[in-house]
Amino acid sequence: MTTPRISISALHKRFQTDQGEFVALRDVNLSVAPGEFVTLVGASGCGKSTLLRIAGGLEPPSAGAVAVDGRPITGPGIDRAMVFQHYSLYPWLTVVGNIKFCRQLRVHRDVSTSAEVEAASGRADALIRLMGLSHVANAYPNQLSGGMQQRVAIARALMARPHILLMDEPFGALDAQTREVMHDLILHVSKLEKTTMLFVTHDVEEALYLGHRVVLMAPAPGRIEAVYDVPLPGRREQDMKLAGEFLSLKREILAGIRATSSVRTDQELLDRLGEIPALQNDSV
Amino acid sequence: MTDPTLASRSRWVIRGALSRQGYLGFALAGLLVPLAGWWWLAAQGIVDPVFLPAPDRVLDSARAWLMEGDLLADVSISVYRVLTGFLISALIALPLGLFIGTFAPVKAFFEPLTDFVRYMPAAAFIPLVMLWVGIDEGAKIAIIFIGTFFQMVLMIAEDVRRVPMEQIEAAQTMGAERGEVIMRVILPSAKPAILDTLRITMGWAWTYLVVAELVAANSGLGFAVLKAQRFLQTDKIFAGIILIGLFGLATDQLFRWLHRKSFPWLHRT
Repeated sequence: MTTPRISISALHKRFQTDQGEFVALRDVNLSVAPGEFVTLVGASGCGKSTLLRIAGGLEPPSAGAVAVDGRPITGPGIDRAMVFQHYSLYPWLTVVGNIKFCRQLRVHRDVSTSAEVEAASGRADALIRLMGLSHVANAYPNQLSGGMQQRVAIARALMARPHILLMDEPFGALDAQTREVMHDLILHVSKLEKTTMLFVTHDVEEALYLGHRVVLMAPAPGRIEAVYDVPLPGRREQDMKLAGEFLSLKREILAGIRATSSVRTDQELLDRLGEIPALQNDSV
Repeated sequence: MTDPTLASRSRWVIRGALSRQGYLGFALAGLLVPLAGWWWLAAQGIVDPVFLPAPDRVLDSARAWLMEGDLLADVSISVYRVLTGFLISALIALPLGLFIGTFAPVKAFFEPLTDFVRYMPAAAFIPLVMLWVGIDEGAKIAIIFIGTFFQMVLMIAEDVRRVPMEQIEAAQTMGAERGEVIMRVILPSAKPAILDTLRITMGWAWTYLVVAELVAANSGLGFAVLKAQRFLQTDKIFAGIILIGLFGLATDQLFRWLHRKSFPWLHRT
């Protein structure tokens, strides 16, 4: 067996709050193979974003470790790029400027020979074309729609050829149509770039459509409840979302989220509403 | 927009828009109506001109001040004091605010102190300043500095803190070191807000001018206003106050122009 790209073992994360200790993650174990697309879903408070942030090196674990290619991580690294839901683009830079941002940084500049600089600018151009940004390359982020902004964020993250892309609800703020387009785009990119993907979402359909595996997490304490293999062919098509096995898996995962969520529909209250005369139209 | 009633109604829609001509019209009216009211009130003769001189008398007094007096000298020494006090304040407040807004220990060290000092009225420092700095130019600049610095530090720190965490973390996951995050993300991201803070605190520097020129000054716009009061030259008081207002407005516009030139992405049409 080859070394997993990401290996999360016995990971714990505790926060001190005013109400005492809060266990965000308890004994989380997960291995992700190179090139694999793994999605994380779960009720709010299940720690899926915390897990992603720890993998990104943005937060330290309380116990346990995350290893990348067998080496434990100690902080953020250029092998793991992150895409956020919003507000991460630099509004003072154009689209090209944002995508080439990492070239200004010492880690990328030190090793630059002139050939590499040329290759980098070729890569920026290629990413701009790949993400469909050619016509807005010199625009500023605030001139772009939400979907276009996320394309820029993804292109910028890919610029330094990270092995791993960590995505924290990157399409959460987009409308349904734009989201579908982005889904096919990100699948295409992950195959082309052979990037390993760890993708957090609250949308089960999105998780199933994108992932080779879907990790179902549960809150209080944050933990992995189940891991599902997605029984779809490698090449995804929008129609597959209507296939029987897709739907039954979706139903199962949704039920799992509902069962572990602390948020419930107040059925008793809804029943009582019908008995309150002032709320009935015919009484007016 | 061909129907005039529709156009006038849309003007009064909550948070509605105004055409350029519409804006100019209302802005001009807002300036001319009080001026006309002042003129009319003075022309009626109900109010003693000692209390309310007519606009033309104020203008005459300003002209006399320019021709026979030392208006230019007063203006230049006042501008010099305001600018020097403001620049020294900005020079210290910029790095300090940047560090307070970035590093928790620096914030914990400086913020309570700054918060405390900023509630002390700058005018109350005059005796101390005279004792410490003397009564020459340094004293006036010190008063303007005290009046602006402590507010400026806290506002710049707040501008820096408002830089979205996502921008910072995105840079970190691209391999940016601490210094690079500060210089390449936090500073450029906060710059527009910082320039606005400088614009606003510049206004306060102008208001502290008069306070500063209370300190045994014998020149400057503020001093001229105070001296005119001693001789009941109300028209000159008016002229001085209006001049300070105009200079404040001019620097404000200069800052706005600088904002448009420096941050084109925030001012697209």
